[in-house]
Amino acid sequence: MEVTATWYLILSALLFTMGLVGLLVRRNPLIMFMCVELMLNAVNISFVAFSGALNDVAGRTAVFFVLVVAAAEVVVGLSLVVALMRRRPTLTADDLTALRG
Amino acid sequence: MSILASLAPAIAQTTEFVRPAIDWHAFAPELVLLAWGALVTVIDLIGGERTRRFMPSLTGIGFLLAMIPVLTLWSQNDDLPRVLFDGAYMVDHYSLVLKGIFLVSAYVIVLLSSNYMAEGDYYDAEYYQLIAASVLGMLVMTSARDLISIFIALELMSIPAYLMAAWRKSDLKSNEAGLKYMLMGVFASGILLYGMSLLYGAAADTRLVEIADAIDTGETTPIFTLGVLFTIIGFAFKVSAVPFHTWAPDTYEGAPTPLTAFLAVASKAGGFVALVSVVLFAFPHQWEIAEPVMWILSALTMTVGNLIALRQTNIVRMLAYSGIAQAGYMLAPLAVYSKVPDLAQSSIVTYLLIYAAMNLGAFAVVIIAARKTRSGDIESYGGMFRYAPGITVAMTVFLFSLTGIPPMGGWFAKFQIFNALLSAETTAATVLAIIAAVNSVIAAYYYLAIAKQMWFLPAPDGDHSPIVVPPALMAAVAITVIVTIATGSVGVGLVGDATDFVELLASP
Repeated sequence: MEVTATWYLILSALLFTMGLVGLLVRRNPLIMFMCVELMLNAVNISFVAFSGALNDVAGRTAVFFVLVVAAAEVVVGLSLVVALMRRRPTLTADDLTALRG
Repeated sequence: MSILASLAPAIAQTTEFVRPAIDWHAFAPELVLLAWGALVTVIDLIGGERTRRFMPSLTGIGFLLAMIPVLTLWSQNDDLPRVLFDGAYMVDHYSLVLKGIFLVSAYVIVLLSSNYMAEGDYYDAEYYQLIAASVLGMLVMTSARDLISIFIALELMSIPAYLMAAWRKSDLKSNEAGLKYMLMGVFASGILLYGMSLLYGAAADTRLVEIADAIDTGETTPIFTLGVLFTIIGFAFKVSAVPFHTWAPDTYEGAPTPLTAFLAVASKAGGFVALVSVVLFAFPHQWEIAEPVMWILSALTMTVGNLIALRQTNIVRMLAYSGIAQAGYMLAPLAVYSKVPDLAQSSIVTYLLIYAAMNLGAFAVVIIAARKTRSGDIESYGGMFRYAPGITVAMTVFLFSLTGIPPMGGWFAKFQIFNALLSAETTAATVLAIIAAVNSVIAAYYYLAIAKQMWFLPAPDGDHSPIVVPPALMAAVAITVIVTIATGSVGVGLVGDATDFVELLASP
């Protein structure tokens, strides 16, 4: 059976859904962060699959930008998580209740 | 060596690289800000503590310097629009006006920040550099006409803001604000990017105009429909549209107040610019999908924002919810963009300009008042007319403007929105206009409650010592008051006599 672009798109959709559901269900900031990365990488697969199917280079270029931005987001995100964890070692998203209303 | 040798024929085959022509003048505002930001960073690295106190002024000068090419580009009216990078970047009237709004707002935010940052003993030099980086993202956003450059601009705008929201490092509230903002922002970027990848897959191009051309027939593929929906939802997070708004009040309350002004005004405007560009330039033929979504988002956003704002006791949270409601008004013209594309675009830009002035002004007053009261409670504003009449009058101007009372700017902004909605002449648009009108009345209640507190009620602790207002904050209030009143007065002139208004409302 031939593996076509559709397969990759389905894989991408599955990964994206896993990330999306994980972000909404899980409560540990680090795990939530990993779910976001899962979503971004699903996007990368989708871009590359389309790029291959369309024989167009723009999709592959987009992946590089997404990778770089994801790296920048990790740097900022982890520093924020570390800053909070230092003060509240057993932190979950449910504990973030200083601000509400 | 053998690998290189095998590559040699391939390299020889490729055509010689030719640098595409770059219109440096059209790209100058961004380049000036980038160069100046780098220079300020270097000065800070070399100077350390000695140059630290000059950082706000230096950054402010950078924003004003970047205004110069914006003005020269504007003066060369005949050359507009200028197209760069194969259509991925465009300098036209729309982008130049927005660049001006962003640069002036950024300057006002530096004015708001300087005392707050210096007195709070925060890391101030880096703060200003991050603001400059974020504003650079906004400048790029106004001209970006390509999915990739829009995404880069959006992230350049957002990532420094995640850090600045958590700037009060030792305060748990500020940390929480930063983390919540970051998680929601990155989540929104993920959804947005997935939508963009689907759009690219359907249209085989990332340029907005090409996307519009590729799919200009009546029938759209499911992939494209999904792409449109995901993209709009991603932006809805960025502009804090209901039901994707939950991060905004928490982040606004926890972040340092000047940064809250930055998020509520500049950052939100940046999201709007991206949304408007994508919807107007990439989906002109997909209005059957986009318009109903925009209609629902707009109606929900203004109603829910106003209803929750009614019961806030903290003024920053109240301004956050009022900002959400204002975003609802700004979304409204996008619900009719297929009928009146030009009017929708111009009314949103007008609203952004006036919204920036009046909201920044309100935040300036909040910062000034907090210097004395150390509190964000609306009750602490009692008796302000007795000990700070000037501030009270300025705040009243902003509150009247936010309510939409003529001749303040906010009135003209709302007028333009209603104008766009009623010009579309559809039932759905008229219903949305009615919802917006009802909401304006609800909003009047909580805006005017603050004015009443300041003018008529006694000070809660009986303390009538005057507020010392530093010159920077005074300048910020002066700039925003002038813009708020001037835009309203010009608006009165543009609209003409009252009969036009009545005729407009009377026509179904």
